[in-house]
Amino acid sequence: MDETQLKAFVGIVQNYFDKITGNPAEVGTPFLGEPGDLPIHDFTGVIGISGNQRGCVYFSAPALMLREILLRAGETDLSDGNLADITGEIANTIAGNARREFGSEFLISVPVVVRGSGQHITMPKDVKAYVIPLRWRKIAASLVVSVGKA
Amino acid sequence: MKKLMIADDSNIVRSKIARALGQHGLHIVGLAANGREALELFKSARPEVVTMDLTMPEMDGIECIRKIRALDPRVRILVVSALSDKATAIQALKEGAQGFLDKPFTEAELSDAIGELLEDSNHG
Repeated sequence: MDETQLKAFVGIVQNYFDKITGNPAEVGTPFLGEPGDLPIHDFTGVIGISGNQRGCVYFSAPALMLREILLRAGETDLSDGNLADITGEIANTIAGNARREFGSEFLISVPVVVRGSGQHITMPKDVKAYVIPLRWRKIAASLVVSVGKA
Repeated sequence: MKKLMIADDSNIVRSKIARALGQHGLHIVGLAANGREALELFKSARPEVVTMDLTMPEMDGIECIRKIRALDPRVRILVVSALSDKATAIQALKEGAQGFLDKPFTEAELSDAIGELLEDSNHG
């Protein structure tokens, strides 16, 4: 993945928070993640990538952030089911929007949501994983992009 | 009052669309979490307007649009999807959708998109 493609993901994340909550997220400098030490928060939405690229994209956030996003979006049901739902939807939207950069052969799976910060997400072994740190209303979350040419 | 069906695998998105489109005088007759469920609901409830996600389990939105259009060529379909590349939008329109709204969207954008869809339907 090159710098332009990484920047595309940064722009997509900023646009998502701005549009859904009215407050843009502060996105930190992306860095190369260590395979065994990637950030995992309370809820993680994982999207598998196939087609002209392969790998995965995941969005991981603490429950506190997800509750705030739901409230901003006018949702009153703040159950764990809805926290998982919004996590999967954010991951799906970010990965889907990346087709503008990667083209229509960038195929995305339906989201799989993993609950619990002690979980481990299995990543492709031979594709670098970039961590895009973000903060929204002083709450930290992460987007992890591990995508390479098929 | 036109009948509306909402198909999206996210409960949050279904709720958001339902809230926003209640103001358009649409009567919600079905909420579907995947394409197969949407097709079954369509057969029983016969909505005149459908909002359709594309990335869904069981049956994706494109296949569902094709099957729904085969059952009723007059139905108005607004695709609401994160797959925001031009090729996908063109494919959805070719399969029989009349509008395409990118996710993420604001309620105002959704209102505008459905307003255009209904206006075209009134003039058509």
